[in-house]
Amino acid sequence: MFDTLTLASLPADDAGLRTSIRALIARHIAAVPLERRARSWQGFDAGFSRALGEAGFLGLTLPTAYGGGGRGAFERFVVVEELLSAGAPVAAHWIADRQSAPLILNFGTEEQRQTYIPRICRGEALFCIGMSEPGSGSDLASVRTRADRTADGGWVVNGQKIWTTNAMHSDYMIALLRTSGTAADRNAGLSQLIIDLKAPGVSVRPIVDLTGDAHFAEVFFENVQLGADALIGIEGQGWAQVVAELAFERSGPERIYSSVVLLDAWVRHLQEVGRSDAAPLVGRLTAELATLRAMSIACTARLVAGDSPVVEASIVKDRGTTFEQDLPEAIADDLAAHPDEAISDTLYRTLLYVTHIAPSFSLRGGTREILRGIIARGMGLR
Amino acid sequence: MNELLEPFDRMLEALVTPAAVRAVEGGASAVAMWRELAASGFLDALVDEQHGGAGLSLADVQPLIAAVGARAVPLPVGETMVARALLARAGVPIPQGPIVLATSAVSGQIVPCAQVAEHVLVDTGSGLVLTGIGDLSPVATGVYHALAARLVWTGPIVGLALPRPAKGLRPIAAVLRAALISGAAARLTDMAARYANERVQFGKPIGRQQALQQSLAVMAEDMIAVRIASQLGCAGGLDVGATVAAVAKSTASAIAARVANTAHAVHGAIGISEEYDLQLLTRRMHEWRAADGSEGYWNTVLGGARLADAAGTVDWVRAQVPV
Repeated sequence: MFDTLTLASLPADDAGLRTSIRALIARHIAAVPLERRARSWQGFDAGFSRALGEAGFLGLTLPTAYGGGGRGAFERFVVVEELLSAGAPVAAHWIADRQSAPLILNFGTEEQRQTYIPRICRGEALFCIGMSEPGSGSDLASVRTRADRTADGGWVVNGQKIWTTNAMHSDYMIALLRTSGTAADRNAGLSQLIIDLKAPGVSVRPIVDLTGDAHFAEVFFENVQLGADALIGIEGQGWAQVVAELAFERSGPERIYSSVVLLDAWVRHLQEVGRSDAAPLVGRLTAELATLRAMSIACTARLVAGDSPVVEASIVKDRGTTFEQDLPEAIADDLAAHPDEAISDTLYRTLLYVTHIAPSFSLRGGTREILRGIIARGMGLR
Repeated sequence: MNELLEPFDRMLEALVTPAAVRAVEGGASAVAMWRELAASGFLDALVDEQHGGAGLSLADVQPLIAAVGARAVPLPVGETMVARALLARAGVPIPQGPIVLATSAVSGQIVPCAQVAEHVLVDTGSGLVLTGIGDLSPVATGVYHALAARLVWTGPIVGLALPRPAKGLRPIAAVLRAALISGAAARLTDMAARYANERVQFGKPIGRQQALQQSLAVMAEDMIAVRIASQLGCAGGLDVGATVAAVAKSTASAIAARVANTAHAVHGAIGISEEYDLQLLTRRMHEWRAADGSEGYWNTVLGGARLADAAGTVDWVRAQVPV
C-alpha cells in the first residue's frame, strides 16, 4: 500500500542555497522576538517577502521565462525548511508562491502567466484564496457566491467569502465561484476567477482571532465587474483545479514545522536550567520530527518524479499537524510539572500563542477528518 | 517489488506458511525450515564479497527483514544475517545454525527466538562473544506460543571473541526490530483494509463507516512512518549509530501496539481466535516493540544526545539523522 512512498535523499546542495537563504533570514529576523517568530507562516512582512523575491527565493520552481528560479521541488524544500525553522515571516508571499503561481502556470493563459507570475516572483503581487463561505467550509462544492457572464463577455460577482487568510493585505484573490447552476449542482458549474481586490464593490473585513491577531477576513462582493480574462482555466472545471491546487498546499514541510520555534525555545530553556529529566520527551519529539522530515522529503521525491501524491501528502499533513498540536501540549505539561522553575516571559508567551493557535493547524488546508477520509479512499475503502 | 525481494518473499511464502509458523511455535522442529533458508544463500546477504557473501548493504536488506516480519517467520533470520556479517568481518568461523543477538550484558534478559536458536552473539559491554545457546541455559518464558527465552548465566561467557561495534549490538538490533515491525505493520494494514471491505454489518461493508475509516487512516500513517523510519535506520550501513537507531526504534515501538490494536479492533472477535492468522503478527508486534529497547528507552538516549547540543532542532536532525 502506497508502495512508492519510500526513503529519499535530498540531493547535494550544489548551488549553496541553504547558506544563502540562511544569511538572508539572519539579517531580517535578528530583531524579531520569539513569540512573533512562532507565528511562522502567519507572520506578515511584505518587505521581507520583497527581499526574498529580489534574492531569487520566490517562485523557485517556476520557469525562468516568467521570472522564476527554474529549480526543483527538493530545492524548494530546502528554502522552505530554512524559512520555517527560523520562524521567518513568510505570510505575505506564501499563498502566491506556493499555490497561486503554480495554479496560474498550470491552468492560466499565456497572458495571465505574463501578467501575474513575474510580479509574484518579485514579491510584488500578494494573493489570497477564496474558498470557504459562511455555508461552505469543508464542503466546498456547496459554494454559492456567483460569477455571471455579462453582455461584453466579462463577469459580475456577487456573494461572500470568509476565513480568507490575509485578504486585507492581498492584491488579488483566486476565488472558487459558481458560474452555472445552483449549490445543489455540487462540484459541477464551479470555476476559478482572479479578482482584483481593489475593484469597486469589494469590501474586506478582518476577523480577529483568539490570539488577538487578524490573519483571516470576510470578503464581500457586490456587483464586482471583472473582465473576460478573470477566468483561470476552463469554465466549469474549478473543482478539478482546486483539487490539484490543494495537493501543492498539503505536500510541503510547512505541515511539520509550525511549532518548531517553540520546540527550540523549550530545549534552550532545559539547557539553561540544566534539567535532564525531560530527555525522554525531548527524544520522543525529536524522533517524531526526524521521521516526519524524512516522510516529507519522500513525498517531495514523488513530486520530483512527476507524480501527484495527493494521498501521500494527506498522510504527511495529518501526521505532521498531529505532531505540531501535540508539541505545545506536551511542553506545557513538562514546564508546569516544575512549578518551582522560572520560565521567561518570551517562552511563556510563545508557548501560549502556539497552544491557542494550534487547533487551526488541522483545520487550514483541509481538516483532519477530511484528510483521513481521503487517506481511507486511497486505501481502497468505500 | 525489487529483484532481491521478489525471490526471497516467494521462498518465504512457500516455506513459512501460517501452518508452519504455528507448528514451530507449538514445539515442532524448525531445523528443516532453517536448512532451506540457509540453502537459499540469503543468510549471507550482508557478508562481504571477499568472505563469500553477497556484500549487500543494510539498506538493500531492509525489505527482506520487513518481509520476515510480514510473514511472522519463527526464526532469527535478520539477527543471523547481521551476526554472520560481523563474524565474517572479524575473521571468526561462522556456524551453520540460527544466531540470536543478546544486547544486554546482564543475565536474565529475554531474547526473541532464543528457543529456536543454536548460537547467541552476546554484547558483554567490552566485546562480543559467540557462544552456544545451551551455554546460556535458555528458559522458555511460559508465554503461549512465544519463541523468546530468558538467557541466564553466571560468571564470564566463554566463546569466540570478536570486536564490539562502537555503540555495541543494541543499535543494530533495534534497527532490525524496526524493520520487522515495518513489515508486520504493512501486512496488518493490508489485512485490516481487506477485512473492512469484506465484512458487512448494518447492510454495508464496515469500511464505509467513517469511524473505522478514521482509525484505518491513522493505521496507514503509522505504517508509512515506520517504513520510512526503518529505512532511515538502515541507510547508514551495518555500523548503526545510536541516534539513527533511536529514531528508527522509537518510531517503530511507538506505533507497534497501536497498529496491532487497530488491526484487532477492525477484525472483531475473529482476530482474537488462535486459528485466525492475525495473532501471529500482533503477538510479535508487542515482542518486537519491547525487544532491544522500547520507545521509552530510545527516547531517553535520543533526548540525552539532543540536550547535549546547542544547535536548533532542525539543524541537529539534519546533521545527526541525514536523509
